[in-house]
Amino acid sequence: MSAPQTGQPENGQAETAPGDKRPEVDSVGSAVTGYAIGLALAVGMTAVSFYIVHSSLIWAPGIPIGLIVLAIAQMGVHLVFFLHVNTGPDSTNTTLALAFGLLIVFLIIAGSLFIMTNLDHNMLPMEQIMRMQR
Amino acid sequence: MSAAAAAAPSAPEAPPEGGVAPVRIVVAYGFWIFLVSDIIMFAGFFAAYAVLSGATAGGPSGRQLFDLQTTAIETGCLLLSSFTCGLASIAADVRNKLWFTVAMAATFVLGSAFIGIEVNELSQLIARGAGPDRSAFLSSLFALVGCHGLHVTIGLLWLLTMVAQVFAKGFREDIMHRILCFTLFWHALDIIWVALFTVVYLLGVAA
Repeated sequence: MSAPQTGQPENGQAETAPGDKRPEVDSVGSAVTGYAIGLALAVGMTAVSFYIVHSSLIWAPGIPIGLIVLAIAQMGVHLVFFLHVNTGPDSTNTTLALAFGLLIVFLIIAGSLFIMTNLDHNMLPMEQIMRMQR
Repeated sequence: MSAAAAAAPSAPEAPPEGGVAPVRIVVAYGFWIFLVSDIIMFAGFFAAYAVLSGATAGGPSGRQLFDLQTTAIETGCLLLSSFTCGLASIAADVRNKLWFTVAMAATFVLGSAFIGIEVNELSQLIARGAGPDRSAFLSSLFALVGCHGLHVTIGLLWLLTMVAQVFAKGFREDIMHRILCFTLFWHALDIIWVALFTVVYLLGVAA
């Protein structure tokens, strides 16, 4: 961006805030192109997701896995093209915070499913519990 | 910390190492931390839904309730609004008030369409007797979808505020910080919707 608001110090020390466009994106045209590429990829993945739900192209038991893979890939596209997350040295803090958040998200979801499935498996059927309470 | 903050004004040229970060970096990083915590909160709702999605208590299941065509239209609205929001941020970067307003207006229209379709869908479910009081599955569904819808509604209010602030105060430094935070928020909502339409609607119909 050519605008002076990017908050970069005059001595050339590059610092980027979360969501900042890449420094090499220096014109409106290339910035718009970046968003357009992201939109095209995201629309493509969404279309494939909605298509394979009812298609017989994929082995039926594999469809949920395919949907999850597509969703994770699309979230990656959003992160890179819309939120401008990158692996550059200037955005280490941003990426680390996100990685920590994803670890917690994984623990919450996988942990809940694991514990609740295990509990469900070990619990008596509901009728027997009701009978015992009488 | 306070010593460093006090020393900063006396040294106008940015310190080479270990100095106070520019306000813009601090603001955006703080908001980024909020977004990560918001995503963790959504993970709780997703976990509840994943655990309870089979607990229909004899009521309707996702396969009987969901209309994928509606979901596809909603997804299209939110995806396009994310794109126009990106265009608005570019327009703000080059201080173009006209294109900023046009892109924000498009974002508002698409976001409102999303909310309108979603409210219509949920009220139809309630009218069919599949409200949040029917089963644990529907409770967790309404909680998850409703929480996302609430976020989008707040985002729409924030959007109007940002346009009004740009008109009243121009592209001032602090206004630009708020615009950056708003675009981060809006894109994050779109990411959550990707997880939502896959886990709730597509897996609900497929599995």
